[in-house]
Amino acid sequence: MEVEDCRKGTKVLLDNTPYNIEDAEFMKPGKGRAIYRFRFRNLMDGSSLERTYHSGEKLQEANITTREGQFLYREAGHFVFMHTDTFEQYLINETQLGNKQFYLKEGMIVTTLFLSDRPLDITLPIFIEGTVTKSDIATRTDTVTAQMKRATLETGLEIDVPVFIKEGDTLKIDTRTGSYVERVVTKK
Amino acid sequence: MTDDERQRLTQLLPNLKRRASIHHITRRFFDEQDFLEVDTPIRSPAVAPEKEILPFESDGWFLATSPELYMKRLLAAGYTRIYQLSHCFRKGERGGRHNPEFTLLEWYRTGANYETMMADTEELVLAIARELGIGSSLRYQGKTIDLTAPWQRIPIRDLYKQLAGWDPVTNPDLSRFDEDMVTKVIPHLNPHRPTIMLNYPAPMASLAKLKRDEPSVAERAEVFIGGLELANAYSELTDSKEQIERFRQEIEHIRREQGRTVPLPQKFLESLEHLPECGGIALGMDRLVMLFCDAASIDEVMPFTVDTA
Repeated sequence: MEVEDCRKGTKVLLDNTPYNIEDAEFMKPGKGRAIYRFRFRNLMDGSSLERTYHSGEKLQEANITTREGQFLYREAGHFVFMHTDTFEQYLINETQLGNKQFYLKEGMIVTTLFLSDRPLDITLPIFIEGTVTKSDIATRTDTVTAQMKRATLETGLEIDVPVFIKEGDTLKIDTRTGSYVERVVTKK
Repeated sequence: MTDDERQRLTQLLPNLKRRASIHHITRRFFDEQDFLEVDTPIRSPAVAPEKEILPFESDGWFLATSPELYMKRLLAAGYTRIYQLSHCFRKGERGGRHNPEFTLLEWYRTGANYETMMADTEELVLAIARELGIGSSLRYQGKTIDLTAPWQRIPIRDLYKQLAGWDPVTNPDLSRFDEDMVTKVIPHLNPHRPTIMLNYPAPMASLAKLKRDEPSVAERAEVFIGGLELANAYSELTDSKEQIERFRQEIEHIRREQGRTVPLPQKFLESLEHLPECGGIALGMDRLVMLFCDAASIDEVMPFTVDTA
């Protein structure tokens, strides 16, 4: 595609690696050549890089699609998902998922980003619910700030929670910040 | 109307009011000096051939990239002081400081040169600051800029030697010039004072005349305030033979490199024989408004851009 058509959010291939354009700056001296400065984020490992281009140059557009998938189970360093429309399975490895793996619960529906037919990344729901499997006993101090302690959820996620949280409680978690939102009261 | 649009336009109101004030002050500034406001066609059979400015086509004609050629035809017919606030169009120019449709303020004086135009610009910007009630200094993007005249005038050769490490006059490497301009030169100009870059290398003379005692540079100047390229001044080229030659070279370059066919602006060239010595300048009105509104993006000073049109 022409460099003129690249925008923030355009996905391109640089040296066969998919990148997202995170920031695009158009610069042009009045009578001079247009210069495009892009900041790219590597969609495989999250690293970023900056490059400049001139009008007339071309970039290779990445064939990126998104599809709904259901998380089934994890096995030996991989997470197994299933397309919700075709029931075909696909794998994403731990490294690609990074911290997102700690929010995945069996049966959860996530949006998956594909480069052609290769899964790259997932987008989590903004809020998830999880059950506390382990939690420290609060150590009381004299401060007046809200008392927090560490807790672990069944997905392996470790977060700070208020001291009144007990093992077995269900919590609402914000996946964007990885923080505790509230305790979910389950009706008996 | 969507809620987003209503909110966006409501937020823009203070800037659009200030924009209207700046337009009024500008018109008064020129009217009081006996300049005539003119209004030349937006659509015309030919525009100035420029390799890095792409005009929009309109039913076989072109949308104005600048009112320059028409304004010079008026000077050739005997007009002496004219100004114009006009919408201009340049294809593909879109970014924080660019919109493909934008407003240029151009003014021309006979018996003048680029120095006169620089002095006019200082006076105009100071008049706007004074009438907006902000005195002679302005805050732009966290920095205070002292607008007191005279602004610093620096030959482009000195700036490039100091900031980019090479001399664009003895060694005019055009492919490097523009990139170094935006990455090495502009970012290191004094942020607290306007700067005028003077005497462009002769191959970048465009429609400016070459300096008589130093023909390797042109009497062309660019005004920068707060990192924004604001205005481009010329001692206007009045030699019709040289102008035709420059246009032909530009047209040939455009044909060879870009495969575009560009017509020669015939009527302009015919009028050039009668063009008296004069100075002219084009000032980006949207960017001037950005400065006085402390706006980071051109989107904050126009109600509708190409993305919200």
